[in-house]
Amino acid sequence: MEKGKMNFMELNFAARSENEGFARIAVAAFLSRLPLNLDEMEEIKTVVSEAVTNAIIHGYEEDEQGAVMISTFYDQYAVEIVIEDHGIGIADVEEARQPLFTTKPELERSGMGFTIMENFMDVMEITTEIGRGTRIRMVKNLVKNEMLCN
Amino acid sequence: MSLRVDMEAIGDILIVRLDGELDHHTSEVLRSQMEGQINDTDVRHVLLSLKNLHFMDSSGLGVILGRYKQITARGGDMIVCSINPVIYRLFELSGLFKIIKVKDSEEEALHILGVA
Ligand SMILES: Nc1ncnc2c1ncn2[C@@H]1O[C@H](COP(=O)(O)OP(=O)(O)OP(=O)(O)O)[C@@H](O)[C@H]1O
Ligand SMILES: [Mg+2]
Repeated sequence: MEKGKMNFMELNFAARSENEGFARIAVAAFLSRLPLNLDEMEEIKTVVSEAVTNAIIHGYEEDEQGAVMISTFYDQYAVEIVIEDHGIGIADVEEARQPLFTTKPELERSGMGFTIMENFMDVMEITTEIGRGTRIRMVKNLVKNEMLCN
Repeated sequence: MSLRVDMEAIGDILIVRLDGELDHHTSEVLRSQMEGQINDTDVRHVLLSLKNLHFMDSSGLGVILGRYKQITARGGDMIVCSINPVIYRLFELSGLFKIIKVKDSEEEALHILGVA
């Protein structure tokens, strides 16, 4: 994104499940002036919820001492959302991305989080290191046709 | 950010109406309430109405699939009705539609379960 023409917002909050609702509404409020329709806004709220929940359940294994960071950027072409934790990291990213793959079936997880993030956004990248944490970067394009002209 | 769970029994059908947001935080409450009702009563079928559910993520898929397994293990069935378009796509992606029946309204769902 071009510096100067970009707007951004950062959040840093405790890895507590009651903050999941706060996180998705805070991001939606920041993006409220953009030309996103209702369904697109719901998609963004859903992917924020997925990544934040993953940080809490998997990254920190429900240790509320952990912190979750969200950075959101936008310009006239796209919205970028980065969600990070300093938790346990992911051993095998390719396996983690598979639909229905979960390491916590006993918690009734369905293994659909990454599949939903991939489907609802235009870009979804995972950067992770064992013992250091996980960073999810997602992009949603605002003007699909104009992007092609660039 | 909350979820209201309203449960009503009609014969051996448990109607569960959700109002609000279903995520990891609120799914715990739904799980324990539904689990209790299914275990402690003669409920055979579950009708889950999502008409007033404004938000759901994969935590919702997990808790719904969990209750589906619980009710089918007892020889019953589960029907979900009145799903909004974004939540519909979550169901589609997860393949839940292959096992769980979906109807547009509570009336249609009750009809399938044998209540006029
Ligand atoms: N932030 C994270 N830190 C560590 N491991 C993670 C993180 N996010 C995901 N994972 C790993 O990747 C797997 C797949 O994640 P995904 O969100 O697709 O499914 P899930 O969280 O297990 O289930 P669901 O999202 O459907 O409730 C998880 O089971 C977990 O092992
Ligand atoms: Mg997940």
